[in-house]
Amino acid sequence: MSLEEIGKLIIQMLLDSRTTLALFALTALFALPLGLLVACGRMSRIRVIQWVVRAYLLIMRGTPLILQLIFFYFMPSYIFGQSLPRFWAAVLAFSLNYAAYFAEIYRGGIEAVPVGQREAASVLGFSRGQTFGRIILPQVIKHILPPMGNEFMVLVKDTALAQTIGVMEIFRLANTSVSSNASLIPIFVAGVFYLVMNAIVSKGFSIAEKKLDYYK
Amino acid sequence: MDKQIKAPLLTMQGVCKSFGKLEVLKGISLTVSQGEVVAVIGPSGSGKSTLLRCATLLEHIDSGCIRYGDLTMAEGSPAVYADKQTLQKIRTQFGLVFQNFNLFPHFSVLRNLTEAPVRVLGQPKEEAEVSAGRLLEKVGLADRADAYPYQLSGGQQQRVAIARALALNPGLLFFDEPTSALDPELTGEILKVIRSLAADHMTMVIVTHEMAFARDVADRVIFMDGGVIVEEGLPEEVLGRPRNERTRAFLERFNQG
Repeated sequence: MSLEEIGKLIIQMLLDSRTTLALFALTALFALPLGLLVACGRMSRIRVIQWVVRAYLLIMRGTPLILQLIFFYFMPSYIFGQSLPRFWAAVLAFSLNYAAYFAEIYRGGIEAVPVGQREAASVLGFSRGQTFGRIILPQVIKHILPPMGNEFMVLVKDTALAQTIGVMEIFRLANTSVSSNASLIPIFVAGVFYLVMNAIVSKGFSIAEKKLDYYK
Repeated sequence: MDKQIKAPLLTMQGVCKSFGKLEVLKGISLTVSQGEVVAVIGPSGSGKSTLLRCATLLEHIDSGCIRYGDLTMAEGSPAVYADKQTLQKIRTQFGLVFQNFNLFPHFSVLRNLTEAPVRVLGQPKEEAEVSAGRLLEKVGLADRADAYPYQLSGGQQQRVAIARALALNPGLLFFDEPTSALDPELTGEILKVIRSLAADHMTMVIVTHEMAFARDVADRVIFMDGGVIVEEGLPEEVLGRPRNERTRAFLERFNQG
């Protein structure tokens, strides 16, 4: 590939990285609160809710994400005769998948907060909502930052799977470019893109961890 | 007036509590009057801590009656609890100091004291901070207001926990083995604070293994064993001339250990 072609490829990849970033951001946006809800369901005292959530966790974590992408893209057309737009099918699959992993991270974080914290809050008269929001959750966030950082970095790379249902993200662009140019360079360019994005994610998490370093 | 002062702050009648098949409290009856300091002693597993946990709504009783002043917390067999508002009102009448302090690690010392008055009682922040400052002075930690709990020694943390409990201005303060998690050389500072509260006529119920302290500070000592109150009376009676065989055996073992 000539330098000019590589330059063009980089510009196109910058444009397509908007899709990758949107997929990443929307998944985080939906999966973070959904994961918390799932974690609460997993810890629920109501048996039925627990079973449903356990089944959900097993399916989402026990089958390939690539299969889930295909499922959420093709199934609606079998059932409703109409499929979701590719991008939104991907957002749905990613959100449901990541919520399952996030839920288990939240659960670990919530269970790591000593029960005495809840008891102290209860005796001081805090409501359940105040106890969770002001006493428990801040401590949970500190506990879960390292594993969450991991998941976020995996998510950046997993967005490449969206190409299986035809979402135009950077890895798909790299792939098409590889065939048309008969060169592997586009793949490595894409690799640099992922690396840069993850360097930013990683930096973001280490800043957040430092911010919460004021207490132990 | 005199009658008002003597009115019981806390009344427990026939309180029973089981965990599964294990009967932990087998009909406890107890009253605590205004200004009284009650020490509860007894072997581990005797139900002392459970008694405090039931009185502070951390556990629900199976049957019996618990009353704070004229507010009924729970009554009947099986016990029926009061509605949410009443329970919340009752919660503001007592404080509890835990064995393990249970300070909020993500809040500064000052905020540990102000959070509940501000969020629960709706006190203005400035006002809460002024009273918190006064309480910290009282427990000798005025200069540590901006510290975080992990920066403090165990004894200091427990003093902050006492100040936190006092910040809601409770009529009755419970202590659940307040010195048991501390190194022996640190227990003195806690006992000093409790003594100064007693001098201020704070009503307190203290579960403790510090016999000398109980004898010194309590108006009344309760000896519990096997989920019942075995003996109760003046400290010099219960600790000095115990009438009951079990009390005697416990104190003997204790003095040997």
